[in-house]
Amino acid sequence: MSLTIPLTILSLSLLAFVSAVILYFVAQKFKVIEDPRIDEIQAILPAANCGGCGFAGCRNFAEALVGADTLENLNCPVGGIAVMTAAGNILGKTAPVFDPLIAVIKCNGTAEFRSRTSNYDGAPDCRIAHNLYIGDTDCSYGCLGNGDCVRACTFNAINMDYETMLPVIMDNKCVACGLCVKACPRNLIELRKRAKKEKKLYVACSSCGKGGTARKACKVACIACSKCLQICESGAITINNYLAYIDAKKCTLCRKCVTECPTGSILEFNFPPRKLKSELETASISG
Amino acid sequence: MSNLFNISPSPHTHGPETTDKLMRGVVLALIPALLASVFYFGTGALIVTATSVISCVGFEYLIQRFILKKPVSITDGSAVVTGILLAFNLPSNLPVFIIIIGSLVAIGIAKMTFGGLGNNPFNPALVGRVFLLISFPVQMTTWPLPKGFQTGYIDALTGATPLAVIKEGIKNGESLVNLMEKIPSTLRMFLGNMGGSMGEVAAIALLIGFAYLLFKKIITWHIPVSIIGTVAVFTGILWLSNPGSFADPLFHILTGGLLLGAIFMATDYVTSPMNPKAMIIYGCGIGLLTVVIRVWGAYPEGVSFAILIMNAFVPLMNLYIKPKRFGEEIKNG
Amino acid sequence: MFKTFPSGGIHPPELKLTGSAPILYLPVPETVTIPVSQHIGAPAVPLVSKGDYVKTGQLIAAGQGFVSSNIHSSVSGKINKIDTIIDSTGYRQSAIFIDVEGDEWIDSIDRSSEIIREIKLTTPEIIKRCQESGIVGMGGAAFPSHVKLAIPSGKNCNILIINGVECEPFLTSDHRLMVEKAAEIITGVSILMKALNVDNAMIGIEANKPDAIACMTEEASLVRGISVHGLKVKYPQGAEKQLIKALTNKEVPHGKLPLDLGIVVQNVATAFAIYEAVQKNKPLFERVVTITGKSLTNPGNYFVRTGTPIVRLIDAAGGLPEDTGKIISGGPMMGKAVNNTGVPVVKGTSGIVLVPLEDAKRETIKPCIRCAKCSSVCSFNQEPYLMMALAERGLWERAEASGITDCMECGSCSYVCPANRPILDYIRLGKSTVNKLKRERNAK
Repeated sequence: MSLTIPLTILSLSLLAFVSAVILYFVAQKFKVIEDPRIDEIQAILPAANCGGCGFAGCRNFAEALVGADTLENLNCPVGGIAVMTAAGNILGKTAPVFDPLIAVIKCNGTAEFRSRTSNYDGAPDCRIAHNLYIGDTDCSYGCLGNGDCVRACTFNAINMDYETMLPVIMDNKCVACGLCVKACPRNLIELRKRAKKEKKLYVACSSCGKGGTARKACKVACIACSKCLQICESGAITINNYLAYIDAKKCTLCRKCVTECPTGSILEFNFPPRKLKSELETASISG
Repeated sequence: MSNLFNISPSPHTHGPETTDKLMRGVVLALIPALLASVFYFGTGALIVTATSVISCVGFEYLIQRFILKKPVSITDGSAVVTGILLAFNLPSNLPVFIIIIGSLVAIGIAKMTFGGLGNNPFNPALVGRVFLLISFPVQMTTWPLPKGFQTGYIDALTGATPLAVIKEGIKNGESLVNLMEKIPSTLRMFLGNMGGSMGEVAAIALLIGFAYLLFKKIITWHIPVSIIGTVAVFTGILWLSNPGSFADPLFHILTGGLLLGAIFMATDYVTSPMNPKAMIIYGCGIGLLTVVIRVWGAYPEGVSFAILIMNAFVPLMNLYIKPKRFGEEIKNG
Repeated sequence: MFKTFPSGGIHPPELKLTGSAPILYLPVPETVTIPVSQHIGAPAVPLVSKGDYVKTGQLIAAGQGFVSSNIHSSVSGKINKIDTIIDSTGYRQSAIFIDVEGDEWIDSIDRSSEIIREIKLTTPEIIKRCQESGIVGMGGAAFPSHVKLAIPSGKNCNILIINGVECEPFLTSDHRLMVEKAAEIITGVSILMKALNVDNAMIGIEANKPDAIACMTEEASLVRGISVHGLKVKYPQGAEKQLIKALTNKEVPHGKLPLDLGIVVQNVATAFAIYEAVQKNKPLFERVVTITGKSLTNPGNYFVRTGTPIVRLIDAAGGLPEDTGKIISGGPMMGKAVNNTGVPVVKGTSGIVLVPLEDAKRETIKPCIRCAKCSSVCSFNQEPYLMMALAERGLWERAEASGITDCMECGSCSYVCPANRPILDYIRLGKSTVNKLKRERNAK
């Protein structure tokens, strides 16, 4: 009886020792030599695993960064310049500077402007509605309003506005990872260059229909009248397939096209309020 | 155009089946067994069932409303079914607080933590039951005797189940012939006149429920028949090899929770396989495990454990046991 | 007992309200809109321009390439314009708008009602005539018939199956055609047998149409090699592969065509159209359409010129009921919902079903309870719940491995699902995506 306790301790210690020896050799045998910088870089990445960089997750991106000869074409849109510079410092390479981007929805066909022609009653999924028919309005290019982009966004930056039945992107939360761009079956979302003070100016329409058809389906459709093209001084506007497009890199944000557009399909956001014409006139008279 | 037409992908029509109707069908199929248990165990059966159902539905409501903050779906009837099945697996004199704990485990742990209806890997009622069996072994194995309609609750006369009698007896070295005299006759067992959990005793009532489920096409025959068949064959082999120490197949089928388990618990949609081939394998597994636990295990009854163990294999079976698709591996001429 | 296919299938309420309504001729409307794409394959190219005068039966759009189909004018009158219209596909399609003036047919059409049984044309001539007349499969898919009749070298056809099943609820156009035009259909079948060079033709008709079985059996007894088979009522028996299984007990192997078993399937309405094209030289510009619905005062079956807006049909049946919530072109199981009453009748339109609002709404989607009812009704023995889950999550490789592209979209799974899950919606999405990925892979 008195031997029981010492024997137990002895046998357990022996077991522990043998296991430790085995584990030691196994660990030696299967040791994986991994660049410690991968862990370092992963630690500074946003850990959102959104895939905005084009890799499956942050770890994969960190591996790609370490393995790359130059950091060109590699960008973490979520972390932006700060993270990329930090990563560059770890690797001793210079990180390229990418313009910060923001997603915009190129459709403004709210219930007010775009009358419904049917009730969609299928599964609440834009892809299904898109495969089925032109949508619950007569516009076969516009937003279907079933919220695939809302579900795709891992940053909660998109909300559905149930009055207009259009999604709304929140500037402060959007990190331009591009998940919504991939999710939209009608390719309505574009990543555009972020301007100062979150100013945004773009054609909020994707209709490639001819003017008459587009206008009949939606009051704020781009009808490709080319008035904006003529007034633009910086050559930022092009028209393809009956649709105007403003190149954010060339655009000077002068806002002339906005007032020129007969259908109001060009939207501006976060600009200072415009002085009304009458105000201008009274100002000149009094002055 | 005054009103807009609805547009949806085909099909544009839907069958009469709904989740609620299926659950109501299961509840209806359980009514005969409930009546039988009230007949044998009296008001105790009603108290246990009511407590269990109310607390299951209540916990589901509270969890969905206040913890998950999701739409409440208690009207689909799945919590009612869980409640009744949990009650059927309990003795009819179980203290109310134990039943409530069982319901909390069944709904809260076995069902809602996995995401609610349709996502739970284990049968909630059985998880609740096994939790209670392990936590309150004395109360859970003190079976009231079927004394006809009685109003006593906690103080009901108690005794052992036939399975427990045999198990204890063989352990103590008594011969099976003597033991068989201590248990009720086959006819009495068929009618349910024996000790046991309140819902499992009356074979005839359970079989009526089975017929109803089959008639309404709520379940298919595959799982119950394969379980009962396996138990019959396995115990039959044991019995034929040594009738002196193994009970006959009919005894094994009629006693304990085998019929209740095979008809109502193993066939639970969520935790059973999705195609006939896998269903039969699943049923055979339950049958085998049940007999193994009953004959060689520590517990006199093994249906609950057998079902829970096989539940764990269901995802694997769904993944690897596939039905033969139309036009597959066909050699024409 | 009646034959049927073994696994899966459902039995929705039949609701054949118009089974005893004789086929009437719908008056020619004031305007017609004829889409240039009424078939599977390349759209036809218009041969006419604005202001042209066309006669009934005149070729107005020519098929492009082999898998395509000619389009003929269904009326006489002036071309108003060539523009786009939202047709029953749900998308904008190019269409020819014609303002009707009188009803002047081209001279080559034999308009007598005499039944001509003797087949004068040779096999290549028959196939050529089908192509010229714009014959397509009239069961719904609208696959050009001349493509199906032209057997590629190295393959043999030994059985012709004629599909008179009409398993969709509500629809009775094939049923009435079999009752009233049995002789023409049987002659059409003989023409098809000659074109395919087969000795055996089997006609499958579901048992809920005893009058059609009787009429067809009587006519078939006059011709050698044609047999009529009653089939147990079960949906989707009208599907090609299920019908073959029911009639011959052969399973078309995975990824193969019926022709690989030496079988060609044609619809009874197609057989009738082929009779008219070959014996009467009448191109396909008219077909039988069932107009039906629970709230319609006067549902019926009509011979309708293609391009007729369905509102004309609805008016003939007693006007659009107040409570209409959905208009289906085709049957309620596989048809397409249309969003306006201006949609034209095309070659593949077998019926128009008006659904009252209370039946037209889908119920709330609930969580899957894994009851496996979808698997048990799937006539391909597949696992719809799994395919839906894979498609919903975008796991396209696994969806492909699960055989999602085999699905023929019969809708039985969505029909039985007690949780009202849109199973077929997602399977269809998965199917189209997987097919697209496959094409991209093959293109590389």
